[in-house]
Amino acid sequence: MLRRVYLDNNATTPVLPEVLEAMRRYFGEHFGNASSIHHHGQETRAAVERARESVAALLGCRASEVVFTSGGTEGDNLAIFGLARKGDHVIASTIEHHAVLNSCKYLSKYPGMAACEVTYVPVDGCGLVDPADVKRALRPNTKLITIMLANNETGVVQPVAEIGKIAAEADIYFHTDAVQAAGKIPIDVNEIGCDLLTISGHKIHGPQGVGALYVRKGTWLEPMLYGGSHERSRRAGTENVPGIVGLGKAAELARAGFERGDDHADQKMAAARDHLERELLEIEATGLNGEGAPRVPNTTNIYFDGIEGEALVIALDLKGLAVSTGAACSSGAIEPSHVLTAMGLRPDRARASIRFSLGKQNTPEDVDFALALIPETVERLRELSPVWSKNALSI
Amino acid sequence: MLNTETIAVAMSGGVDSSAVAAMLRAEGHNVIGLTMQLWNQRRLAGHEGMPESVQGRCCSIDDVYDARRVAETLGIPYYVVNHEERFERDVVRPFVEEYLAGRTPIPCSLCNNHLKFDQLLIVAQQIGADKIATGHYAQVVFDEQLNRWLLKRPADKSKDQTYFLFGLTQEQLSRTLFPLGGMTKPEVRELARKHRLAIAEKPDSQEICFVPGGDYKRFLEAYLSEQGDMPTGIAGEMVTTDGKVIGEHAGVHNFTVGQRKGLGVATGSPLYVIQINNDTRQVVVGKDEELYSRTLRARRVNLISTAELREPMRVAVKIRHRHQPAPAIIESAGESAGPDEIQVTFDEPQRALTPGQAAVFYDGDIVVGGGWIENPAP
Repeated sequence: MLRRVYLDNNATTPVLPEVLEAMRRYFGEHFGNASSIHHHGQETRAAVERARESVAALLGCRASEVVFTSGGTEGDNLAIFGLARKGDHVIASTIEHHAVLNSCKYLSKYPGMAACEVTYVPVDGCGLVDPADVKRALRPNTKLITIMLANNETGVVQPVAEIGKIAAEADIYFHTDAVQAAGKIPIDVNEIGCDLLTISGHKIHGPQGVGALYVRKGTWLEPMLYGGSHERSRRAGTENVPGIVGLGKAAELARAGFERGDDHADQKMAAARDHLERELLEIEATGLNGEGAPRVPNTTNIYFDGIEGEALVIALDLKGLAVSTGAACSSGAIEPSHVLTAMGLRPDRARASIRFSLGKQNTPEDVDFALALIPETVERLRELSPVWSKNALSI
Repeated sequence: MLNTETIAVAMSGGVDSSAVAAMLRAEGHNVIGLTMQLWNQRRLAGHEGMPESVQGRCCSIDDVYDARRVAETLGIPYYVVNHEERFERDVVRPFVEEYLAGRTPIPCSLCNNHLKFDQLLIVAQQIGADKIATGHYAQVVFDEQLNRWLLKRPADKSKDQTYFLFGLTQEQLSRTLFPLGGMTKPEVRELARKHRLAIAEKPDSQEICFVPGGDYKRFLEAYLSEQGDMPTGIAGEMVTTDGKVIGEHAGVHNFTVGQRKGLGVATGSPLYVIQINNDTRQVVVGKDEELYSRTLRARRVNLISTAELREPMRVAVKIRHRHQPAPAIIESAGESAGPDEIQVTFDEPQRALTPGQAAVFYDGDIVVGGGWIENPAP
């Protein structure tokens, strides 16, 4: 049996045993519709509201400011389409997740829908947005700034608190996609100064198909789903109770993690990431994408000159190591990374980049497994590469 | 079991390549399924007469889904690899440019030469596969005496695809398997059924994979519009073989040698495109009998069964996919020509020698080599 090691936790994380245990009852004995007035409904209503408090505690907000969604994409869509109206101007960055980028593209492309203008602020070579660029992009009709907290590919943490100040001074809404930051670094919506913040369950060892959007009190959002008055009329539809309970438990565990001491799993994960990164950068003609910028502690994105990342991902998967590169399109093929390209990486270098992302379940042995495989695999790929030659190094 | 190899199978989601994966798996090999993502059908949606919803076959999600299902049924690893950039550079652009130059291209051969047996072969080697296998109907054998790899016609002559494979080098052939070479299509379908593959009854594909509905003119216009590259001044005269101007045309890309329909001129007797002169933008039309000629010049020739052509050789030459190979003599085109140019002289005149198509040379079932048909000397 092939040993399999999973270092692609920015794609999704395994559900922690405690989370699964918390969810289990809500598939069976506690099955009620949380809107029902009877005992069964009251049971699940209580569970949903407890979960809301856990999520609020993770984000430093009030429970009433948490809207449960189907995940990160819905949260991003609800924030953007819930606010932007015809004639508005929106500011986003070039490295946003597709859930934000394609929503913004839709805003500007379909005049009948919204006819909004969107400005995309660039990033520097480390993958950082310059708050001054955001400020310069402001217009009288700017309604919303949407800039992510941590990037999914590089793990680079954006200066959101500064952007929050700019938004507050200009009195416009600020949304941040915190899907890749939640559970990895402490989040406080008031320190960030955002009005909306998206998280997703399955990126923090909760289940897939559930997420939450923080909506600051007093922010009125046009719903995307109409129906009952669920989620304070901001998101109709019977609550996904097991999912919400799982998200609540995952949020609780993540928060507990930040409050514990040095021997805690997060520190171990960070140490394992640093070890992996250090060793991989020992391989010749490699480099770190996002070097010099603050990053979440689980992610490292490295280029291996002279290889195709796609071939490396496949070769490693065949040997039991799961890592990733770029974003997958609908067929499953890998597309060139818009994030690395926006950072100014040469196209061949963007294609030669691999993302390693750790989770709480990873052990130092997992990293050793990866480190035993990668150098020899990179070497073989380079030997067979039509463009790679040792001579290329000296140029 | 003689020996177990790691083999990458180029899977399209169709019956043939699925059957290949099933056969090799049943033989005990380590099989890895690969599908090339070559073209995004949605790219040209809405351009120049292309509908918003494009129903093309190439790299459709349905085909990838089918291939993935087959891989799952067989229990083999499966991956989609993105070669869109190379496909556009090495296949789509030349396809468009050839038409604009008044020739009639064969994108499938370019795809075989530059993608399937080049890029995909490299990926296969990089991920640890010794060989690549495809669902082409052809055979590859090693000849000890010649010390060369030979490409041969398959058992099922009606499915013969060697015409599209003439560009394969010795190195490529040495790493290639065509497991269907000894089988007939009904046998292949039966094999797919036996392995309970969901695609066993899937119809065969015929058209050029990236051209929706086979409408190449609409594709050209949509692509050029997307590139902001609509050629100007491409209209020209329609002239008869004796030099009489009888009309005008909107661009040489609308014509192919031998074409009868859609010439836009009405005369008493049927007219055919005899020649397309790209320099003068003239389309020369004439009678059917004027379409016949005995000689052609093939360029960028790849020889397979022999390293070089020292003396004239008697072969049969196929000048388009659906053409009965015709007896001919091939010989080096001489000092003045390039080293990879070959002169073909047919025993009998052949109809519609079409620049841009391939001339493939056969010695019985063995592919001697082939090249691209050049424009006739002025």
